[in-house]
Amino acid sequence: MTDQPRTLFDKVWDAHVVATRPDGQALLAIDRHFLHEGSFHAFGMLDHAGRKVRRPELTFTVADHYVPSHARSKPIADPEIANMVTTLDANARNHGLRHFGLLDPAQGIVHVLAPEQGLTLPGLTIVCGDSHTSTHGAFGALAFGIGATEVAHVLATQTLWQRRPKTMRVTIDGTLGAHVTAKDVILAVIAAIGAGGATGHVIEYAGSAIRGLSMEGRLTVCNMSIEAGARAGMIAPDETTFAWIEGRPFAPKGELFDRAVAHWRTLPTDEGATFDREVTIDAASVAPTVTWGTSPETAVPVTATVPDPDGEGDPVRAEQMRKMLDYMALAPGMALEDVSIDRVFIGSCTNARLDDLRAAAAVLRGRRSRVPGLVVPGSVPVRRQAEAEGLDRVFTDAGLEWGEPGCSMCVGINGDLVPAGERCASTTNRNFPGRQGPNARTHLMSPAMAAAAAVTGRITDVRKLGEA
Amino acid sequence: MEPFVTLSAVAVPLDIANIDTDQLLPARFLRKPRSAGYGNFLFHDERKAGFPLDDPAYTGAHILVADRNFGCGSSREGAVYALVDGGIRCVVAPSFGDIFAANAAKNGLLTISLPEDTVAELRRRLQRTPGASLTVDLPAQVLVDPDGTRIPFAIDPFKKECLIAGLDDVALTMQHRGDIDAFEAADATARPWLVPAKPNAA
Repeated sequence: MTDQPRTLFDKVWDAHVVATRPDGQALLAIDRHFLHEGSFHAFGMLDHAGRKVRRPELTFTVADHYVPSHARSKPIADPEIANMVTTLDANARNHGLRHFGLLDPAQGIVHVLAPEQGLTLPGLTIVCGDSHTSTHGAFGALAFGIGATEVAHVLATQTLWQRRPKTMRVTIDGTLGAHVTAKDVILAVIAAIGAGGATGHVIEYAGSAIRGLSMEGRLTVCNMSIEAGARAGMIAPDETTFAWIEGRPFAPKGELFDRAVAHWRTLPTDEGATFDREVTIDAASVAPTVTWGTSPETAVPVTATVPDPDGEGDPVRAEQMRKMLDYMALAPGMALEDVSIDRVFIGSCTNARLDDLRAAAAVLRGRRSRVPGLVVPGSVPVRRQAEAEGLDRVFTDAGLEWGEPGCSMCVGINGDLVPAGERCASTTNRNFPGRQGPNARTHLMSPAMAAAAAVTGRITDVRKLGEA
Repeated sequence: MEPFVTLSAVAVPLDIANIDTDQLLPARFLRKPRSAGYGNFLFHDERKAGFPLDDPAYTGAHILVADRNFGCGSSREGAVYALVDGGIRCVVAPSFGDIFAANAAKNGLLTISLPEDTVAELRRRLQRTPGASLTVDLPAQVLVDPDGTRIPFAIDPFKKECLIAGLDDVALTMQHRGDIDAFEAADATARPWLVPAKPNAA
């Protein structure tokens, strides 16, 4: 081969270009299309135009955003919320799609469910009308969020017009410290490059610290790529990836699996391939991390203090910091470990997988939570396995609620809200103003850190907590 | 969608970085049908005294001049519906969330990226003379400030063409139907594992 060395992204992109316009726009073939309840606008556009779903066998619907966290056997009380769930049922039925509805034994958050079911595979192009679709890049897929009009376009054509994004490699070498997790790594990356730092780019995460992560950890890292503005995040598939996929319900089987693996082994970035931008982070420098403001880029080590806007040279930026501190009700110079919390939430497409629940339970075992809180597993299979391991009892014995799978308090549209003015230690992905409810205050952190905050009632360095 | 060619309108400055789509359209309104009038939900939880969009000086504004990373976060196209239904046809900022910018173009909302200093100066000027107008000429790719200074901007040619024509791109894509058919036929041989296996009976 005399071909130029190529990146993982280049290989996946190049293999999916159906047509290219003279202006450089590429028509990209889409291999997997996932839809949740928010797809009603797109189905409306499709039906209005009298179009059909081009490839129903590549299209999957999942109820996750509006599903209740409790009492699933009873009807949903709010008629508008109930309507969101039943409208998706109807759209899936009318278009002949495999639907993971409210009572399906595999139901879960789409970004937990699809990998778990073996629908997410290396080398695929994957889209969903949800910005956290970047999650699936953990398998070496090119996966990104799209809006309703693009969802309708993919339904009708199984393609999407895209301009080739730029590439960025984030290399994290070394060993992560005790209690430092994938969540801390990605928060540190976002803090380093900014909430818009990777806009227009696809990030490839590389380095020994990334290779050492479990699939769950890799999913957490890729999940929050969007919080750095990235179009997508990707990690090269390896033995960890293949071992995870093998035997999953929708994964290729037998000889087909072997052929697929042989192809997937060709996907990692070639030696000598170049990226538009390179960023390097030392794994040993990453501490348990929390956010203080209303953007994920305000992530700092838990040992830090709240920054002072007076130290910011640019008056516009200083004013923006003051607005964030005002919203968060924090004073400059305050130690983050002195910030008391009102509530914890452990869940979301970022941190609701088995590894996450195990990490939180390890901190909470034999302890009580000083604040109310909710633990929501990412899927029914995660919930069942957690219960088989007794994790649910650890949470309920600590005084936390154990919920049914869904997006829940990360976005609050099923009715699980952080009350106005309350401060929540949350394993979610966004601390935007109003994200978890009007005037709710969110501090992002890992499951172990959220569990530590529950134990003490304030933001806590899990490393200092000691044994129960 | 409504074509975008030229626009002269009052512009409102917003000195806020990282305005996310949750702020543009709080999540609890996502379940509303478009006919509910998304303009009423625009910046719903930010609309308090002193918020520039509610300043009478900017009445009738059709242009927003914002700060970096406008429209970051959630992919919700409803954020664009809220802006468009609320009368906004153009947003000028140093940078935009990628998904937001794509959604905007599909709904006749022009996003113009300019250097951070240029946009900051534009915002200061609009704050000094509230109610001043900007003019956008999309075919010429020029933004004209209140003093008549012409500021050229770059835009993806495909996006420009779709905005000016008010184009439905599914129709355009279907002109490539033969390419799609051929790709899918070849791919079925190259990647026979693409179509998911039917799960074994539990």
